[in-house]
Amino acid sequence: MKPSITHFICKFLYYFKYVLRVSPLSVCSDNGSWRVGDLKMQTGLKYAQPSTQNGRTDVNSVTNWNAPLVWEGTFDPVVIDAIYKKMDPRVAVVLFAVGKYTRFLKGFLESAEKYFLVDFRVTYYIFTDNKGDVPTIKLGKGRKISVVTIPSVNRWQEVVLGRMKWATITIDKQIRNEADYLYMMDIDSVFHNDFGAESLSPLSAVLHRGYYKNTRRDQFPYERRPKSMAYIPTDEGDYYYTAAVWGGYLEDMYRLVKYCYTQSEEDAKNDIEAVWQEESHLNKYLLYNKPTKVLSPEYLWSDYDKIPADIKVVRISQLVKNYEEVRPNGGH
Amino acid sequence: MIHLINVKSLTAVLVILGVLFLYSFLSYRTSHQQNITAENRLSADVVAVGNEFHLVAPEHLQYEQPSIVQGSRIDVVAVTPWLAPIVWEGTFNPVLLDSIYKPKNITIIATVFAVGKYIMFLKRFLETAEQHFFVGFKVHIYVFTDRPNEVPPVTMASGRRVNRTRKQPKRSNTLTEFATGLFPEANSDKKRLHFFLQLIVRLVPTAKRWQEISARRMELIQMVIEEQLPNNRNYIFCLDVDSQFHGRWGSESLGGLVAVTHPGYYRDPRSKFPYERRPSSRAYLAPGEGDFYYCGGAFGGLLQEVHHLAKTCRHNFEADAQEGIEAAWQEESHLNRYMWINKPSKVLSPEYLWQDFKPRNPEVHIVRFSGVVKNYADIRPNA
Repeated sequence: MKPSITHFICKFLYYFKYVLRVSPLSVCSDNGSWRVGDLKMQTGLKYAQPSTQNGRTDVNSVTNWNAPLVWEGTFDPVVIDAIYKKMDPRVAVVLFAVGKYTRFLKGFLESAEKYFLVDFRVTYYIFTDNKGDVPTIKLGKGRKISVVTIPSVNRWQEVVLGRMKWATITIDKQIRNEADYLYMMDIDSVFHNDFGAESLSPLSAVLHRGYYKNTRRDQFPYERRPKSMAYIPTDEGDYYYTAAVWGGYLEDMYRLVKYCYTQSEEDAKNDIEAVWQEESHLNKYLLYNKPTKVLSPEYLWSDYDKIPADIKVVRISQLVKNYEEVRPNGGH
Repeated sequence: MIHLINVKSLTAVLVILGVLFLYSFLSYRTSHQQNITAENRLSADVVAVGNEFHLVAPEHLQYEQPSIVQGSRIDVVAVTPWLAPIVWEGTFNPVLLDSIYKPKNITIIATVFAVGKYIMFLKRFLETAEQHFFVGFKVHIYVFTDRPNEVPPVTMASGRRVNRTRKQPKRSNTLTEFATGLFPEANSDKKRLHFFLQLIVRLVPTAKRWQEISARRMELIQMVIEEQLPNNRNYIFCLDVDSQFHGRWGSESLGGLVAVTHPGYYRDPRSKFPYERRPSSRAYLAPGEGDFYYCGGAFGGLLQEVHHLAKTCRHNFEADAQEGIEAAWQEESHLNRYMWINKPSKVLSPEYLWQDFKPRNPEVHIVRFSGVVKNYADIRPNA
């Protein structure tokens, strides 16, 4: 009798697994309406006819693995918004405001409310060692702040590496039940223009403003020491991506964040720290796991730099800061 | 006493399993109970989960560094306003894309309809497909025909021997299936990667009007896909048989939902697109609506995306028919309405379906697939 029960249970679980696979349960949001892969739009929407002949000629709008390269003028925000608002995803933004960096929270959050995925459901996850420093901000409908307390550290390099560790832990324990898309963003920035749903994709990376024009791949600041897990040889590489803004589906981002964390730990065991910390590990990952959308440097500029002609819009920009003032171990 | 314990634990297990089963069954059921809205939406059976999106490239692949500020094509647009790539020669690196998609071990399914005299085009279609269509991948071609005995024996290029096996036809109410397999010789040309093309012939009844043949396509595509599900990692392309391949059609064409811009209208204003313009049809597109005019002769994507398209178009076509309406270009009209609302995630340029009688426009650097010149009076049952 016993063997037949096990057999029955196994058969049933196999069927159960099949049913689960075809049920919307596994990728549903709380209201059960969000579906992976849909680019649906409502009827009756009016917008200019797209062209097959006339577009931006000063920049490339696709990568060589056929993923879009997102610049102002390559997309129509009316269509994009219509498609993604119908999907109505929940978006998480992971922010680290440790030590003196809490002073940047107000500027970031207030500008995000004006420009970042407006009218979408957004939750800001603020990782801080000082809960009291988190300002009260007026938030739009469907937007929340969630504070995660983490311990203080002494070196800024440890803050940066700690991001991966705490992000991995918290995504696993908490955020994966609460979000469909996840962004990692540097807190010391301010939004200046619309940063919208055109940035959403399973894995979106941002081109680093310093290396997108004419830099040869052997000049990219990849980690070049073979001892490090982030090593990339000089004859490989597509682009150099920034770690100040990255995003994607929750599970894809979790995988990437965890990768950066475990690779950093591995390096630490071998007494080496990658030249640009998690940015180095991120670039290695993205070389072999191609992003599905590459965002132009419009999606992370810097107040230090003059704006060239091909950057028609600066959507978010890093602030000029006095490193001695804000870093726990001074300038370096 | 031992006997009693067994019964109790067995009952407990069965109760728990029953509850789990009921829960999953009920939630599966509710996902079906969505009524057909004015937007042609039918409830979806399966979710397209991301294997499609994991673009893993091999280590140490050598290729030229891609440029950010210099597009290789400035005479054409390479992305739609909803950020789906428009595939033109030069906008993709075939070596890189093949290296990403080959390890996924996918099968490309193609459907062609060779009903009545259209069977005459099949030989050329198959021969050129073998040379250009997803070379190096597993390809299954489903041929729907009312003349199975006229399916040509295809000789493969480069002197490979062909093994043909013929299974006894199964008994079924409307369809008879027998498979003709084509196997490469064991020690064939070493430059060719492992390659397997399989031909599956399906019998369909003869139709009196060519419009009927056109209309049944969606239904048959839907059925073929339903046989393949729940294996949802594969792609399908639905192609016109009266065409032949002239150039590469490969992994750059893969996407969730893939459409081809019609060669006759890709330069025109949307007011000239031959959409269905009568509001009483379910394929209606109002003036001022529409992105591109897409071909009914070539479309594809992930199995479940195309399944949803086929099911919706078929339903709308039949609903129209019940009210005595036939859309201007049959399922092509319904497909265009579907793709207006459900944006394709990839658009193929007219390189992917040209017309042999048309001289080539300067922006079309290569013709990959093209409709052959034909005399309609000769081949349509009701010209």
